[in-house]
Amino acid sequence: MALTTSRRASASSAPGRDLRTPFSTAARHLAALLVVGVTAVPLLFVVLGGFRSNAQINASPTGWPHPWVFSNYTRILGSSSFWRFLFNSTVIAVTATVLTVVLGAMAAYALSRYVFRGREGLYTLFAVGLLFPLGVASLPVYLLLRQLHMLESWYGVALPQAAFGLPVTIVVLRPFMAAIPGEIEDAAAVDGCTRLGFFWRILLPLAGPALVTVAILAFLGSWNGYQLPMLVFNDQSHFTLPLGVATFQSQYSQDTAGILAFTALSMLPALAFFVFAERRIIGGMTGAVKG
Amino acid sequence: MTTLDRTGASRTGASRTGASRTGASRTDARPPGAPGAEPAGRTRRRRTGRRLSVRSRWELALLLTPALVLFVLFVLVSIAAAVYYSFFDWNGFGPPTKLVGFANYTKALADPMFQGALRHNIQFAVLSIVVQLPLTLGLALLLNGRIRGRAALRLIAFTPYVLSEAITAVAWLVMLQPGGAVDEGLRSVGLDGLVHEWLADQDLVLYTLFVVATWKYIGFGIILFLAGLQGVPAELREAAALDGATQWQTTRKVVLPLLGPTIRIWIFLSVIGSLQLFELVWIMTLGGPAGSSATMATYVIDRGFRRYQFGYGSAVAVLLFAVCFVFALLYQRFALRRDSAGALSGRVD
Repeated sequence: MALTTSRRASASSAPGRDLRTPFSTAARHLAALLVVGVTAVPLLFVVLGGFRSNAQINASPTGWPHPWVFSNYTRILGSSSFWRFLFNSTVIAVTATVLTVVLGAMAAYALSRYVFRGREGLYTLFAVGLLFPLGVASLPVYLLLRQLHMLESWYGVALPQAAFGLPVTIVVLRPFMAAIPGEIEDAAAVDGCTRLGFFWRILLPLAGPALVTVAILAFLGSWNGYQLPMLVFNDQSHFTLPLGVATFQSQYSQDTAGILAFTALSMLPALAFFVFAERRIIGGMTGAVKG
Repeated sequence: MTTLDRTGASRTGASRTGASRTGASRTDARPPGAPGAEPAGRTRRRRTGRRLSVRSRWELALLLTPALVLFVLFVLVSIAAAVYYSFFDWNGFGPPTKLVGFANYTKALADPMFQGALRHNIQFAVLSIVVQLPLTLGLALLLNGRIRGRAALRLIAFTPYVLSEAITAVAWLVMLQPGGAVDEGLRSVGLDGLVHEWLADQDLVLYTLFVVATWKYIGFGIILFLAGLQGVPAELREAAALDGATQWQTTRKVVLPLLGPTIRIWIFLSVIGSLQLFELVWIMTLGGPAGSSATMATYVIDRGFRRYQFGYGSAVAVLLFAVCFVFALLYQRFALRRDSAGALSGRVD
């Protein structure tokens, strides 16, 4: 949404550049260098640290791998727990994402294109949910999950995650769905399309970009979640990747090289996903907060 | 593609009467704005649209029920339960029976640990606005222009935001350990005097955490402001420059006011984030040493899950929510109101 307009605007700002002084160009490149350096150096440290031995790291924490040690990475890639964490994270994130997007889209459709009493109140209720942090709810959610016998289960994480993901999904999708012209709906109705048929066959495809955005937000939210899995899982075989990394760190705190290799490998899926969906993620973030 | 063709074809085929026959559903699609501001005719038409057919009721139930069940069960019931538990002295096992009224609240408000946690949250929020905002905004202003490798820059700056807080915390834990990468980095550039016990020093730990949080979230702010800056028309800057304004004047008088809504949203997200700070702190320090980095959220978990004080922990959680809620309401009322689209008042128009 916001992305398309901003890109057009940036093209038209081209002539403005002539007004810049050489000094500001230098400052700009310096700032760029600074941002990249500050961001990238810690990431490089983690990745390269995984290729060093603990002895190398203890002797000089910031040095270059010499010689390159591959055993940290091969050890973790060869361990079943890393793959299990990855698998658990994937299953939970996919379940939570599907639930959030499907239920959120249905609710957003009802709240944007049906007129009924209490509609705005209901919408406000969902929107106020944006202010309920998981931190506030953690104790009761834990007790509820215990009563429902959902501790140590994927659903115990995915369902609350989806519930807390619904507000932002609905807040993003509703204006998007409302903006689709009524004429299209009229035309579909003339052609004999029911309202549910319109939702399924026309509105969802038209809302595709917004759906992708909320799906990415939901996926990242669940994939990166730590607090909920921490409360729900006690058995290490159920751990997700963030939980696994933090636990590995506290259990093997002397094995710095191993921790760095584990951390670097755990970053990979999110980074790969990010490179793959970069435009949508950035557009989604800026679009979502702009409302 | 096929759907577009289909609707395109049907639109041309739709007769005038056809369009007016479905007039009711069309008004449905236009949600009400301010009710009083509408012409009477439109309002009457909406009235008829509001009488839902049995079929529409079923559709609504079908569409809304699943989301509502999930939302009510986990979000609303949880909040209500937190409020309920907060009136009991309860260890989380068996039913809560020992009703203590507001004792947990008065205890929390008088508890130096809670006061400290609240103060840390507020310090974090203030630091964000005083330090992070100028830094982020300044960098965004500098980066707003043609730069070689702009896309790569954007990608790299944004990367930490995509990583989980747990992974960020672990990476920085390793770098910040005594004699670790940060210390060696400082020594190698001759700043030996700056080397500290970054996470063990009670006076320093909160600032250390703030730096890590800044590392993680600054890219998000930069991207947000860059998007906002692209909405500032170049013509306005040029006009100001032609009138003899310096670049500083142009930035202050033209660019920043137009960036107002983005800045206000950034502040909102940043303060709420500061109030709810948990994972970074929990993994890096557990709120220590001696509570010097505890936040309200880490205090809730500490009391609830480490000391089994579920009633007291719930009271702290409710207070945390109250602080967020009051801030959101006041902010909505006094700051966001100027912007057309606030998420909470979020009517669609």
